[in-house]
Amino acid sequence: MKRYLLPLAVFALLVGFLAAGLELDPREVPSPLVGKPAPAFSLPTLGEPGQRLGNQELRGQVWLLNVWASWCVACRQEHPLLVDLAQSGRVTLIGLNYKDKRDEALAWLAEHGDPYRTSVADVEGLVGIDYGVYGVPETFVIDAAGVIRHKHIGPVTPEVLQGTILPLVDKLRLPGGA
Amino acid sequence: MAPRAWIAALGAALCLGVGAQEARPLADDPVLEAQVLRIAEELRCLVCQNETIAASNADLAVDLRKQIRTQLRAGRSEREILDFMVQRYGDFVLYRPPLKGTTLLLWVGPFALLLAGAAALAMALRRRAAAAQAPSEAELQRARALLDAGPAGRQPADTPR
Repeated sequence: MKRYLLPLAVFALLVGFLAAGLELDPREVPSPLVGKPAPAFSLPTLGEPGQRLGNQELRGQVWLLNVWASWCVACRQEHPLLVDLAQSGRVTLIGLNYKDKRDEALAWLAEHGDPYRTSVADVEGLVGIDYGVYGVPETFVIDAAGVIRHKHIGPVTPEVLQGTILPLVDKLRLPGGA
Repeated sequence: MAPRAWIAALGAALCLGVGAQEARPLADDPVLEAQVLRIAEELRCLVCQNETIAASNADLAVDLRKQIRTQLRAGRSEREILDFMVQRYGDFVLYRPPLKGTTLLLWVGPFALLLAGAAALAMALRRRAAAAQAPSEAELQRARALLDAGPAGRQPADTPR
């Protein structure tokens, strides 16, 4: 009997690794930007292209940067949640309208609701590259010092919002937060 | 005549198809473009993860090729451009990630497994060889009994144990 123990142990180990591998999502690549200052941007706002908004102006508060686009199907999935979040007023939500056409983006917001304090237009997707965006939607949690604290890839779910994002926002708001 | 015309049309369509695939956005500078391609082949497209940025036609891959081209024109080196990508997308974007703490298992793992497998095989082979060479005490006794017994005593010695 004893001679079967070792192969059995190796087999169990292998099954363990494979099971863990199945649970992992290969699409969720950890961002090297977490813990680093958010890349600087200054972009025209979607509503009034004459005005610009930069991340320096958001210093001193915890805010969410949500990357979205009117062509993005998964964005529709998370959007009602963002609209609810905006109504609750718990955190400032800034939209990065990624590689979109202005009229289509505005029409999309008119149809689905606008949860953003402001959306900025990244028509060329260059700010998206600076933020390592590779799948819309993506959501960044940025603290009062302008440091990225969390990145969520893909649509925000109620579990992610209640379990990860909002607790983190609350924690970052505490004096000397993080 | 008709079938031949069809074949000609099909051939023309195929040629068009091939031509359309090769019509990639080429800069006026073939040297620069070759350099762009070489760097793009080192980079993984994060949208379609098993393709390089050179091979992929995902929007992001097109944008990143454009980014490489712009940066090369601005005089940046290949190293600087690769660093630019790693800063934004992490080591995962490199098809040849650097050897460091977090990637150690990735680099050493396969060789460690190979060594472990070879060691296990060597041990098993040695044990088998040793077992085959040395007959057990019981086998020796039985052999001795057979030899000692002779023709008369064959009956008891032959009974299976």
